[in-house]
Amino acid sequence: MINDLHSPDRRRALKCMAWGGSGVLWTLVGGVPASKLVGAAHGGTTKGFSFVQISDTHIGFDKAANNDVAGTLSETLAKIGGLSERPAFLLHTGDITHLSKPKEFDDADQLIGASRLAVHRVPGEHDVLDERTGEAYLARYGKGTRGDGWYSFDAGGAHFIGLVNVLRLEGTGLGRLGAEQLAWLAADLAARSASTPIVIFAHMPLWTIAGEWGWGTQDSAQALQLLTRFGSVTILNGHIHQIAQKVEGNLVFHTARSTAFPQPEPRTAKAPGPKVVPAEQLRSFLGLTSVTIRGGAHRLAIADTTLAR
Amino acid sequence: MSKPAFAIASALAFVGVLVASISHAGNERTIDIGDFVFAPSEIRVETGARIVFVNHDDTPHNVVDRNGAFRSKALDTGESFSIVFDKPGEITYFCGLHPQMTGKVIVTPRSDRQG
Repeated sequence: MINDLHSPDRRRALKCMAWGGSGVLWTLVGGVPASKLVGAAHGGTTKGFSFVQISDTHIGFDKAANNDVAGTLSETLAKIGGLSERPAFLLHTGDITHLSKPKEFDDADQLIGASRLAVHRVPGEHDVLDERTGEAYLARYGKGTRGDGWYSFDAGGAHFIGLVNVLRLEGTGLGRLGAEQLAWLAADLAARSASTPIVIFAHMPLWTIAGEWGWGTQDSAQALQLLTRFGSVTILNGHIHQIAQKVEGNLVFHTARSTAFPQPEPRTAKAPGPKVVPAEQLRSFLGLTSVTIRGGAHRLAIADTTLAR
Repeated sequence: MSKPAFAIASALAFVGVLVASISHAGNERTIDIGDFVFAPSEIRVETGARIVFVNHDDTPHNVVDRNGAFRSKALDTGESFSIVFDKPGEITYFCGLHPQMTGKVIVTPRSDRQG
């Protein structure tokens, strides 16, 4: 796969990134998704089915990059609550907590629950750190899921599929879906017509953004192969705490920002991990990202604007 | 699900390689975790040596045997995990949160130069 993070356009877009609490509002118009950053959605007049994606809330994190992750999550949820059009649900693409502690999950549930929005989620690697490696997550959120927590549902004319790629890793350096989940995915997709818009969401990127940092999934190609016959496929991930986007044929890839803290861009630092930015920038760099997926040509239009005032 | 069975099997395997009681004083090596790297990434020890992993990063890491014999808890900043191997062999491991982080322990038979 081609990594377009380092194209000039990508670099320019990344410079416009807004760090800190933010969510992405996704709207389905005729089943075709389009997105914009939550802070910019107040004036939006797009009609259709919408949902909000948030990611990497890391409740429990208390280091220098952000010692109030509950606060920035609350700010994000307040922005969502202020939307002119109420989204149908929240989609959380993992790392709900920082260390999988019960209190962290409790706190996250309390904060997110206050939004009174239905929540669909998948685990991040920080959510499966209990002694039995993910059983606590499943006990809390696994109702109606299969295997390690994967599942699908229909909404707004699209078919949504939540995948788990943070468990049963093999030490190859990347995330992993595994044969059982891939077989389930094949069966799930087999029942859908090619005209059904597909929305895939998982924590780790399903395209290799930075292999040396583990930002990819070792067997994602097998999953993507199953999606080639569909006209519209949108793949939403988190994990890297910054926006990265790519269009490849009918596939549109999009990673969301964190609500907790930024991470460095690939190859700009010795290692990934929480990035400390000046405190006043954490919120002033809240930004606006508009993404439109045009159904016919499957083209992704992106506009990034900071919200600093 | 097969996780309970897997956990039991893992525990038995873990007991097979972990014999803390035979660790010898002074026979301890430290592997530092920093900037998402195990350092040193390869270490050679004799059986009975205690290996201590210490996380210096501001994000958690853990230590997972590639063959499933052991898995440490998540180590937050400043936390450590120690293990003793009582059988010669090569153990390859990775971080279960950041699988690009890998390392190897080569365990050789203990020379009985000390009484």
